[in-house]
This record gives sequence, C-alpha cells and structure tokens, in this order.
Amino acid sequence: MIGADLYTALPEIVLALFAMAALMVGVYGGKDKLAEPILYATAALMVLLALFVGSKGLEEQTAFNGMYLADAFAHFSKMVILISAAVVLVMGQGYMAARGLLKFEYPILIALSVVGMMLMVSSGDLIALYMGLELQSLALYVVATMNRDSARSTEAGLKYFILGALASGLLLYGASLTYGYAGTTLFAGIISTISEDGMSVGLLMGLAFMLAGLAFKVSAVPFHMWTPDVYEGAPTPVTAFFATAPKVAAMALIARVVHEAFGAVPGDWSQIIAFLAAASMFVGAIAAIGQRNIKRLMAYSSISHMGFALVGLAAGTAQGVQGMLVYMAIYVTMNIGVFAFILMMERDGKAVVDIDSLRQYSKAEPLRALALLVLMFSLAGVPPLVGFFGKFYVLWAAVEAGMTWLAVAGVIASVIGAFYYLRIVYYMYFGADTDPLDQVRAPVQSTLLVASAAIMVLGVVNLFGVEGIAELAASALVK
Amino acid sequence: MLNLLSIITFTPAIAAAILAIFLRGDDEAAQMNAKWVALVATLATFAASLILLVGFDPQDTGFQFVEEHDWIMGFTYKMGVDGISILFVMLTTALMPITIGACWNVTHRVKDYMIAFLLLETLMIGVFTALDLVLFYLFFEAGLIPMFLIIGIWGGKDRIYAAFKFFLYTFLGSVLMLVAMIAMYVDAGTTDIPTLLTHQFDTGTFSLMGWQVVGGMQTLLWLAFFASFAVKMPMWPVHTWLPDAHVQAPTAGSVILAAVLLKMGGYGFLRFSLPMFPVASDIFAPLVLWLSAIAIVYTSLVALMQEDMKKLIAYSSVAHMGFVTMGIFAANQQGLDGAIFQMISHGFISGALFLAVGVIYDRMHTREIAAYGGLINRMPVYAAVFLLFTMANVGLPGTSGFVGEFLTFMAVFQVNTWVAFFAATGVILSAGYALWLFRRVVMGELIKEALKSIKDMDRREKLLIAPLAVMTLLLGVYPALVTDIIGPSVAALVQGHELALQAHEAASQLAQN
Repeated sequence: MIGADLYTALPEIVLALFAMAALMVGVYGGKDKLAEPILYATAALMVLLALFVGSKGLEEQTAFNGMYLADAFAHFSKMVILISAAVVLVMGQGYMAARGLLKFEYPILIALSVVGMMLMVSSGDLIALYMGLELQSLALYVVATMNRDSARSTEAGLKYFILGALASGLLLYGASLTYGYAGTTLFAGIISTISEDGMSVGLLMGLAFMLAGLAFKVSAVPFHMWTPDVYEGAPTPVTAFFATAPKVAAMALIARVVHEAFGAVPGDWSQIIAFLAAASMFVGAIAAIGQRNIKRLMAYSSISHMGFALVGLAAGTAQGVQGMLVYMAIYVTMNIGVFAFILMMERDGKAVVDIDSLRQYSKAEPLRALALLVLMFSLAGVPPLVGFFGKFYVLWAAVEAGMTWLAVAGVIASVIGAFYYLRIVYYMYFGADTDPLDQVRAPVQSTLLVASAAIMVLGVVNLFGVEGIAELAASALVK
Repeated sequence: MLNLLSIITFTPAIAAAILAIFLRGDDEAAQMNAKWVALVATLATFAASLILLVGFDPQDTGFQFVEEHDWIMGFTYKMGVDGISILFVMLTTALMPITIGACWNVTHRVKDYMIAFLLLETLMIGVFTALDLVLFYLFFEAGLIPMFLIIGIWGGKDRIYAAFKFFLYTFLGSVLMLVAMIAMYVDAGTTDIPTLLTHQFDTGTFSLMGWQVVGGMQTLLWLAFFASFAVKMPMWPVHTWLPDAHVQAPTAGSVILAAVLLKMGGYGFLRFSLPMFPVASDIFAPLVLWLSAIAIVYTSLVALMQEDMKKLIAYSSVAHMGFVTMGIFAANQQGLDGAIFQMISHGFISGALFLAVGVIYDRMHTREIAAYGGLINRMPVYAAVFLLFTMANVGLPGTSGFVGEFLTFMAVFQVNTWVAFFAATGVILSAGYALWLFRRVVMGELIKEALKSIKDMDRREKLLIAPLAVMTLLLGVYPALVTDIIGPSVAALVQGHELALQAHEAASQLAQN
C-alpha cells in the first residue's frame, strides 16, 4: 500500500528530494557559484512536474488514509503554482544576480515552499494542512529576508514571521477546536460528523479561527497589515513570488477546507468569507490610492484582488470555486507581467519603485509601456481584457448564489480601484517629463511582460480553455 | 456575404494592428502613411457598410445579417442589425473618415492617434451590432480605453482631470449595468439579446431592506441600466463630465464623442430599457420626461453663459439629448422615430459644429468667444457654413434638426403637455445661445488685430464639412430617408411595448379581483 501512496504523492516527494539534494550540492559544492544552475534546474523541474501533474487530469486518488488528496482541483492548483513559481524564479534571476542576492539557498527555499503549497492544496486532513502551510511559511519567512544587508528586508521578514506565527497559532487553535468537537482531523470525518450531528458551537469557533488564520495567508482584510510592508521590504523577485504562487495555494486551501470539511453547512462560512471579500475589495482599492511606491501599490492591489477571488468562494457553489480558480489563474498571469516590468525599473543602475519615475515612459519604451497599459486596464477589469472575465466569473457566481449585494459592492470597489491603475497609465502616457528611467536590456522580463499582456488581449477569444479545466477542477471539489 | 458585419466591425481594428506592427519611425513620411492607412481603412469600412444598407430590408423587423459563433461561458459571438441599429452603424462609418480627416494636421504621436481612432471605430460599431449582452458590454466598455487616451494624450490644458473624470464617471455607470446583466443572465439563462427581448422579467412587487420595490426585478434592472445610459447620454444631472471632456478633447475626439459616443446611451435605452423592461419603463417614464425637460431648459440656460465655444456646444448637446430621452420615453411611434432621427441628425450637426470650432481653433489657438468677432469679413465661406449649422442646431425647418425636435414634441405632447411646454421654451433658448454665439463670433466689424490675417477655410476643411452640410439639408427636406428605414422596426417596438403594458395591466387587474 505504501508504494501506491508514495506514487500518488510523487510530485511533492520528487521536488522535496531534489531540494535536499540541491542543498547538499550547494553546501559541499560551489556555494553561490552554483546558484544559477540550481535555479534553472529547479525551474525546469517545476515545469516538468507541472506537466506530470497536468497529465494526471481527472484522476482521483487518495493516499495516507485520506490525508492526501490528488484530485482535479489539486492538479489544477498545482499546475498554476508550479508554473508561476518556475516563471518567477527565472524572471528574478537577473535582478538577484545583479545585486549579489543570488544565493544558492534562494531556489532551494522556493522549491521547499512550493512543496508546502502542493501539500496544502492536496491536504485532506488538518494535520497535513498545517504541515504544508508551515513548510511553505517558514521557507517564505527566510526568503523575505534574502537581502540580509538591508534593514527593510530584515524588517519585512521579521514582521512576516511574527504575524505569520500569530496566524498559524490562530489556525492551530481552530484546528484543535475542530478536532475536539469532531473527534477527527480528517476532512471527510469532519463533514460526516457535521451532516450527522449538525454544526456545534465548538465547530463553528474552530471554523472561524481557521478562516482567520487562512485569511492572513491570502492577506484578506482585516488580516492584511503585513502585506504592504513585506512586499516593499522583500527583494522584488521575492515580492513577485509572494504575489503569485502562495496566494493561489492559500486560496485553494480555503476552498478545500470550506468545501471538503464544512461543505455541509455553507451558510456558516459564506457569511464570513463574504465579509472578508467585501472588506478586502474596498480596503485594497481605497488604500492603494495614496501609494507612491509601486510595490506597495501592488500589495494593496493584490489585497483587492484577493477580495474578488473570495467573492467566488463566498458563493459557496461549484460555480464559485470555478470562478475563483479562473480568477486566480488570470491574476497570477497579470501579476507576473507587472512584476516583470517592476524588475526592469532602474535609474542609473539602481532599482526604483516610485511610480512618479514612470512619467513619459511611453516615449522611451513604447512597447513595454503599451504592455503595461494593457495589464493595468486588465487589472482594473476593463473589457475586453481577460481581467474582466475573471471579475465577471466571480460576480456571476455571487449573483447566482443570491449575493447580489456582494456583486454590487465588488463593482463599486473596482471603479475606485480603477483610479490608481489609470494613474500609472497617465504617468506613462501623459504625465509631465521627469528623469527618464534607464533603458534596460532585459530580454526575459520584456518577453514575459509582453507575453502576459498578449494573453490578456488574445484571451478574449476563448480564455485559452482555462474555464473548462477550472470547471472540471471545481466539480471535483464540490460534489 | 455572411460575415459582412464582422468585416465592417473589424476592418478598422485590422488596420490598427497593421499600423502598430508594420509602421516604424515618426518622421513626416511615416505620419502621412499612418493617416492614409487610417483614411483608407475608414473609407473601406464605409463602403462595406453601404453594401449593408443596400442589402437591408426595412420591412423585416427582425435582425438581419445575423452571424453566430460559440464563445466562452456559454455566451455567443452574435452580431446583427435591425431598423433601430443600422443607421447608427451608418452614422459611425460615415463620420469616421471625416474624423480622420479632421486630425490631418496633428503631428504629435500620429501613429498612436490613428490606432486609437481605428480601435474606437471597431468598438463603436460593435456596440451597435452586438446581439449578445456580454459582447455588447465588452464593446460598450472597451470604448473607454481609447477615448481615455485620446483625451489624455492629445487633449488641451486640463486634459488629465477631464480624462479621469470621463473614465471614472462612465465606468461607475456601466459596472452597475454589468451586475444587472449578470442578474438577467441568471434569470433568463441566456445572454442572447433577441431571446431576452421576448423574455418577461418579473414585475411582482417585493420588499428590499424595508422598501417596497414597485415593478419588482424589472425596476431594479431598469435602474441599473439607467445609471449607465443616463451617464453616457448624458442626462441632467449626470452630464457634468461631458463639458469637461469636450473642452479638453482634441477636435477629432470631440467630433466622435458628440456624434457617436453619446448615441450609445440612446441606443441602449431603445435596445434594452424600453423593450426588455416595459413595465419599469412605464413607471419611470414621467421621471425621465421631467429630467429631459429640465435638461433642455437648464443646459440651454447654462449654454447661454459660456465663454468657451466648445463648452457652449457641449451644453447644447446635452439639451439636444434631452429631446432624445423625451422622445424615447414618450414611447410612441413619433417619439421613437423622432428620437432616432434626432440622434442621427445631431450626429451630423454637432460633428460639424465641433469641426467648425476646430477650424478657427487651428488658426487662433483659442476657443474663447471673446477672442473672435467679425470673421465674416475675412472668412465668408466659413460664415456661411457656420450659419447653416447654427440654424440646424436651433432646429430651423428645412434642416434635419427641425424634424427630430418636431417629432419628439408631437410625441410628448400626447403624453404630457407640460413637459412639451417646458421643452418648447428650451427651443427658444437654443435659438438664443446659438444665434448669440454666431453674432459674437462671425458678425460685426473685424477689429481684433490678431484676426486681420486669418484665412478662410481651405480645401480640406471644405471637403470635410461638405458631406455633413449635404446630409443636414437632405434629411431636413426629405426625412423619409431615415424614417422609411427605422419605421417598421420602431412600429414593432412600440407595439410590443404596448402589448406588454396591457398584459401587465390585465394581470394586475386579475390579481386585484
């Protein structure tokens, strides 16, 4: 039996073994000289694993007595996580190398956190959930302080660690309450207890605490405080990573917990999630208006986007989960493009993050400016760009579930949010002149930026089929 | 020609893509190339749309030239025209070459400018031909992007404020419509517009947060659509973005904004509000009629006091759109005929007026009325043209402006005499501001030094404005050109509206007994 179990969890095992092997090679081999090959090897392995996971398609398997679930939902989330992590690794390599931050631990830590994320989305048990989450978080705390000589980066890591530990504590407390009242840590056991005995107060408290802990991980309001500081302080490639794969994993985990363990009582959690969603959308949209630092701005933007993704979950239906998955896939694609751009923002060889420095950027770099313009309108959710369809999906799910008020709140927040995306367009295209940014030669970043923008435009034809796959994934989760 | 509508819609976009990919450099030759490509593309689009007009059968009140393909999420890519939309397509394709011609003197980022206008044309035609709710919304909203850039990059001094105001104002209006569209999709299970036109949305009164919503779901949907179209129209009191946008936009931007973009609101009322939510339309008709009357009188008064020519014409546009909403919500044959006629005719007249302002702005670089006077001495042709369009704007019989106003008056007189009375005073006021503008700019002695060497319209300018003058006079003396095409479709719409109201009446009678 154990052989079959191990085979089911093969992707995680391979990646974890690879990370350990790479660690050995790094420590006893060439140290940071090996950073670049390790980074590319990690990225390549991630892509291979993504293809492997993708080839499993609709297979449904459980391993380790139901603690590990490999279904279409997990496969979809893992593919998004693996591919985005690989892309972000490759994208940030030049930046890290140029600033002496490319240590061999960097790709290894990323790989470990990705293992954690894969475990999170596959977890069928509270303990597996917690293990995955902590593996992911601990690796991320270290990565946030990658720039050891910068007080900002160290502060970001410490802040992230302390608040993250608090959130983990909340989650653990919730999990222990749930275990106490359900008598099992297995999601399948919890849901059968609930459908037999109903929802007790203890379970409700457990659910609320767990949601609070998970909300921290997706940086939903009111657990979002760490996001801007960590985004600002961490090195930009790390920020790009924070904004993509971990968000997908945490969002998928929330979906997993609420549907797999508490799917029998959607009324109890959809209210909480609806509140988190509405608060995130508005706080994210309003607080971003005052930001001049593009990384902080993207932090608030991601808070707002998480709010939209949570709208899908709040609906509590398969359609809502599908909307959330589509939304996250689109969100990750857009953010990779935007961060590819931020990585190229330099003046006199130094990285700048001030949005004022973008003034009249379109004159110097018309193609990149155009790509960023497309991404900004897409982030704002203006049709016909793909970002609109993400919004449409989750709003549709909300209206279908009778939560029209949430949809109305969402669209109003998106209008407020449109302002700061438009402001970047305005700086690039019709702002007053300023010291121009360096004309950086960055083929990888440029390609990713333009590719991301092209996806946003061309996706209008059929969304590259993502919706169909997401539908299958969602129906695997919500029966 | 099965794909004629797609060809018409996407020809400009393809030209824009060609410009974006193949045109390099920003020297004079490249700029001329960009302009010629844009002009040829828009003329080709116009030619294709003429085929459409010739092949169109006005007696058939259904949708014609329909094409349908599957799309994502169960939506369809469905295009088609009927008597109500075809003339808007024609208006767009006819005005675009003129608009491109109007920016012949632009030298700042010409390639981008042409691309923006070409994309805008695709999106505008798409709005009028889309037969799927989501497809419609896509075109409707996407138009904001090029217009935002046109105002922002090539606009006047306060262009940034105007661009943001334009975008956010109209965006807020539209997103509520988006929620309503989703609700319609959930209720009817389809986004197909012809099907939705026959779907009856619930009208049962229900209570929402302690409020009794008379007309039920239809009322809420109607309000959400109203939020979008009223802003787009624009109706008083949500018209304030328009003067800013007009004043700051470049001439070509103003022309397209006044001539076509404003018509999207009216088209939306005709396509969605009236036929899909007949009961709610009936409930709100008095409100809209009074808002229209206020718009006509109030904005005419405001126009009287303007010192900026573009602003004056912008306010006059708001007043004229008041006639349109008045006609639409009178909901009878004359009203709808008049509203559509007024929109078409306003497209030509306001476009021409903005071009006329552009002519002297290009020479003097000011739009202030006080900076001009006595132009007739040096610019006789210009004076004649300006007089023609001033008169058309006032609604002089013999020009197209008269027909639309007269029809809408006739319609609203049958429904609400007082509204007709107040709207009629607006006509007097419009004569006041338009003629006063003409007197201050064109008449009198030429005393200003700066104007002493001003030149009359050149060949290009005459060529641009001539078709507009012809159309204004032609429609003025032979309005059947328009009403023959729209008549049957409008009659069907009116009949459907009345039947729906009677059915609702009968149902509520039955419920009471």
